[in-house]
Amino acid sequence: MDTIVADELRKRYGEIQALDGVSFAVHEGEVFALLGPNGAGKSTTVRVLTTLTKPDSGSATVAGHDVVRHPNRARLALGYVPQESGVDREATGRENLMLQGRIYGMRGPELKRRVDELLQLVGLADAADRIVRGYSGGMKRRLDVGLGLVHRPTALFLDEPTTGLDPEARVAMWEEVQRLAAQESLTILLTTHYLEEADQLADRLAIVSRGRIIVEGTPEELKRGLQGELVTVELQNGRAADAVAVVERFEGARETAADGQHMRTRVPSGAQAIPTLLSALEGAGIAVASVATSRPSLDDVYLHYTGRDFSADDAEGQA
Amino acid sequence: MRAARDTLWMVIRQLRNLMREPIWIALLLIQPMVWLLLYGQLFSRVPSLRGGARTYVQFLTPGIVVMNAFFGGTWSGMAMITDLDRNVVSRFLATPASRFAIVFSQVVRGGVIALIQALIILVVGLALGVRVHGGALGWLVVLAAAALVCMAFAGISTAIALLVRKEATMIAAANFVALPLMFLSSILITGRQMPAWMQSAARFNPVDWGVRAARYAVLTGGNWDRVGLYLALLLGLVAVTSGFATWTFRSYQRSL
Repeated sequence: MDTIVADELRKRYGEIQALDGVSFAVHEGEVFALLGPNGAGKSTTVRVLTTLTKPDSGSATVAGHDVVRHPNRARLALGYVPQESGVDREATGRENLMLQGRIYGMRGPELKRRVDELLQLVGLADAADRIVRGYSGGMKRRLDVGLGLVHRPTALFLDEPTTGLDPEARVAMWEEVQRLAAQESLTILLTTHYLEEADQLADRLAIVSRGRIIVEGTPEELKRGLQGELVTVELQNGRAADAVAVVERFEGARETAADGQHMRTRVPSGAQAIPTLLSALEGAGIAVASVATSRPSLDDVYLHYTGRDFSADDAEGQA
Repeated sequence: MRAARDTLWMVIRQLRNLMREPIWIALLLIQPMVWLLLYGQLFSRVPSLRGGARTYVQFLTPGIVVMNAFFGGTWSGMAMITDLDRNVVSRFLATPASRFAIVFSQVVRGGVIALIQALIILVVGLALGVRVHGGALGWLVVLAAAALVCMAFAGISTAIALLVRKEATMIAAANFVALPLMFLSSILITGRQMPAWMQSAARFNPVDWGVRAARYAVLTGGNWDRVGLYLALLLGLVAVTSGFATWTFRSYQRSL
């Protein structure tokens, strides 16, 4: 059974069509990423799925509960870690967790045990009785995760879990997410605008752009969908244009282009293409300094499916 | 029952956080005394102001109790804005927490603080020679009047906070109502000394309902039927303004 299902979600804010028919399904136990630049509609999707806002049309379920018709049933099944920390800064970490548990109707020794367990789980046992105001950004974020897990949800929603964290804390958060997925047997939906993050964490991902899902699959599938690897040849004496002319005659070579001392081309398999490619260049009297192959990145995937550059879209969405 | 339970825990959270602010506690304790001493001195030489009361402090104390509660109420919405800004509210919204409790806990917190301050003012008043003629029931009436006036205005204040969601606008709104309603009441001078039109206007001023109830309890220890009427009116108003705040909360949710 799919733990999270979104079906044709649409939502408009004034002039902006934030969601323009978003559909996807997250399988049980999976880590699923919504990847897209700022303003693509990722957070709006999460707000609909976590019952914070209602879609104009379309439907969605979490653990089988319709988020519009039975929001309270869905709320019991889901944990939400908002983009901006929602912790109570004037209370201690433990007090934050205790209150959250009480809101879910937990009480007495059961609640105390769960709170202790969570403080261990998110690595805040030593800081449990300190006021949150003194926590670091990473600690606050981990407390946010703890708050989302108090009631042992089936599905956890992480909205931009590492935005604003320094690189070290980001890597720590990645490990955290992977551990949680296994230890708490969670289905996790996370949003991110870091391609690297989706690549690292997600079993499957969907690329979101301008309120729509552009493409969906495992990171490997998406990259393979680009068909091939990028081969970069560094030339000894320039003549990049000549090199392009030679390589363009090859069957299967695409997007061949010159770039200063370099010639780039995309081939189905680097290992197979390079020997023939090199001998052809040699035959044409073009001296080669070095050859490198690289697998396509999610950057390439984004460019391929949207025709736009990821970082440019990201900056635009922020403005 | 969820609403009552969630309100309780959310009020405890807010009060606990406030108790950790030493400066806030100092102001909480000192401010009502400043009102009492300042106004008590300022107007004590004008006998006509105090109606039939023995001393001006005797007359003034129940008025200051209610004024302090009223001011506290008008500022209550600030805490709601802080919770909105810090995403505490949106975190609660993804849980089954009672929506009514999220709003009403702000109102109840105001009432509890007003109650504590009312007690302090009464005790200081006793030291200054005030006598509560209504006895134990009189004390209860004064405390109830303070809590209800504060809660009635906390409801409006919370509603405004949810509508404007900006501190500066909230401050302007609180200032806009505070002084006019204070002077349109018998907090500082007996109603009989007010111009006729102000006397008529004061009859519709909830602050004055609280002042009159508290003053009967302190000065005469009688007129219980009038006292009951004023408290009932205030209770009704708490229901109305809290209901209004809960309704504005829906409009906030729609904006998400």
